Amino acid sequence: MDSAPTAATETIKAAERRVAHIPLVLNRRNFSWLTERISGVVEQPAPRWWWVAFTITASAATFGLFCIGYQISTGVGTWGNQIPVGWAWDITNFVFWIGIGHAGTLISAILFLLRQKWRTSINRSAEAMTLFAVICAAIFPGIHVGRFWMAWYLAPIPNNWGIWQNFRSALMWDVFAVSTYFTVSVLFWYTGLVPDLATLRDRAKTRVRKFLFGIFALGWRGSNRNWRHYEMAYLLLAGLSTPLVLSVHSVVSFDFATTVIPTWHTTIFPPYFVAGAIFGGFAMVLTLLLPCRAMFKLHDVITPQHIDKMAKIILLTGSFVGYAYMMEFFVAWYSGNSYERFAFWNRIFGPYWWYWWLGMLFCNCLSPQLFWFRWCRRNILVVFFVSMCVNAGMWFERFIIIAGGLIRDFLPSSWRVFHPTWVDIWTYIGTLGIFTSLFLLFVRFLPMIAMSEVKTAVPEADPHYGEPPGIQSISHGGKERTR
Amino acid sequence: MKTPFGHNVYAMAAEYPSAAALYEAAKRVRDAGFRRWDVYSPFPIHGMGEAMGLGKSWLSGWVLFGGVSGLLTAALVEFGPSWGLYRLDVHGKPWNFWTVPAFFPIMFELTILLSAFAAFFAWQGMNRLPRWNHPMFNWDRFGRVTNDGFFLAIEARDPRFTEEGVQRLLEETGGQHITIVHED
Repeated sequence: MDSAPTAATETIKAAERRVAHIPLVLNRRNFSWLTERISGVVEQPAPRWWWVAFTITASAATFGLFCIGYQISTGVGTWGNQIPVGWAWDITNFVFWIGIGHAGTLISAILFLLRQKWRTSINRSAEAMTLFAVICAAIFPGIHVGRFWMAWYLAPIPNNWGIWQNFRSALMWDVFAVSTYFTVSVLFWYTGLVPDLATLRDRAKTRVRKFLFGIFALGWRGSNRNWRHYEMAYLLLAGLSTPLVLSVHSVVSFDFATTVIPTWHTTIFPPYFVAGAIFGGFAMVLTLLLPCRAMFKLHDVITPQHIDKMAKIILLTGSFVGYAYMMEFFVAWYSGNSYERFAFWNRIFGPYWWYWWLGMLFCNCLSPQLFWFRWCRRNILVVFFVSMCVNAGMWFERFIIIAGGLIRDFLPSSWRVFHPTWVDIWTYIGTLGIFTSLFLLFVRFLPMIAMSEVKTAVPEADPHYGEPPGIQSISHGGKERTR
Repeated sequence: MKTPFGHNVYAMAAEYPSAAALYEAAKRVRDAGFRRWDVYSPFPIHGMGEAMGLGKSWLSGWVLFGGVSGLLTAALVEFGPSWGLYRLDVHGKPWNFWTVPAFFPIMFELTILLSAFAAFFAWQGMNRLPRWNHPMFNWDRFGRVTNDGFFLAIEARDPRFTEEGVQRLLEETGGQHITIVHED
């Protein structure tokens, strides 16, 4: 029983048509073009820039590993940590890296549940980024315990002293949260990879490639009876990852929030940390994807629309973060607690004043506000600039929270400012090297875009493609179908 | 069933030009009453499950099992040591019913962990993967299934399978390159 079309419904229809008209794959590329272009990145010889980039990142990674070895063999004294600043660059880096990972899971899980098809172009590389970031993150809690060879005490394994862990400690929750997060991310990522590994297997020319891709593709043959269980597993993994990703940074924030240090002991931390993690993670996704898109000529798959949407998420989460910063200051004032008030005053005007003004205020709060403007979201250089600001800003934020909270504790006689040593600095640069090296290896050896998923965003993937529009809108509710 | 050259026949298969054609063909084959058949595509086709007459995947049952196991494992691993083996006093914090939520984060994490493992192994187990080979790979055109090929195969062991009948059905539904696929 249709009512007569009014002017308003016509306007809505026209708007819907316009929205539905922006294709996710540009230039009407077909399935085989997608296969060729995306597999081509893996199959063709590595371009020269790749070798140059890999040499640089692998050198940094190697020196970083040397620093880690030096720190383990000599002791935590090689770092600038002291009393009262027992946590400094080590835990800053841990929180920084674990936060980066969150964007990958958000894209792969939460956007999947929300049926955001644009995620298909970016989810694979974002998930890979998650894994590499969590690997970098996991290094720091391991080495900062001091006696690295006793790090296994973190695991609830029966030992000959009969000593068990304190399961009510936030640090213990963190061990479980991070290891679960990494494991589930690997399972999810590999599940998504299997159909694409089958593509590479079927295209492989050499025996080695045939064998390796053959093993890892598990004999996948695109059978619909298989897709049925596969899709259910994918859906459930997305459903499981969604609360998981929200929990991981919440648990990380409990490491701080359950203590009594002013600026740490706040209830705002879990949502504040999660928003910050997604914020920083999307910036890193853009930092990695924009060069890859340019170098591998993937403009038809990672379109301005994708970049625009990621910029909007950065704007949204950046505004959450800015709000959380304001709220911290407000509560410090409103609480009437002189330690809190002093700690926040110290944050702006204390020894790390410029970290706050540059990192937290300019990079995290102000720079993303550029994304209110469409021109800025569409300009690659502006997007890249803001992403780099956010990457830096989020590191500063963690450092200010962690070290900034410790340098001025309750007793003025124990106040001490933290200064990093060369080992601190190079261990961090080393993890940047490890992260980028792993990512470069990933784009060389595995499909960086989920082919089987991007293909579903092409209009021809619709089983009703080619039918008259009337029938189509009856059978599928019309508006989400892109034609 | 054997070919004139003595090969065992696995199925009769056809290629379709598009996802839409494959979808329509699947509905026809379903309505013709075949049981042992399958379609193959480079990506999951929306609504193909209903077009083939398949129900919901009950993989979720395994995931529930995994989640419950995870929860129980966590309860055992936490409460066993904390209440029985090694009672740890930290800062004189209380040990009573109201402190139980401090154990929840790890229960939550292990529930997720074992559910995810269950999902991961169940999709392979229910699909009988991994496997080394499959008769469909004997067909040279089938390599395109992971690129842009759409295929439908009706297995010879289906009770309704007759060479002429299946060939006619595949032709009528617009199948191309209709062929017999060998078992070995």
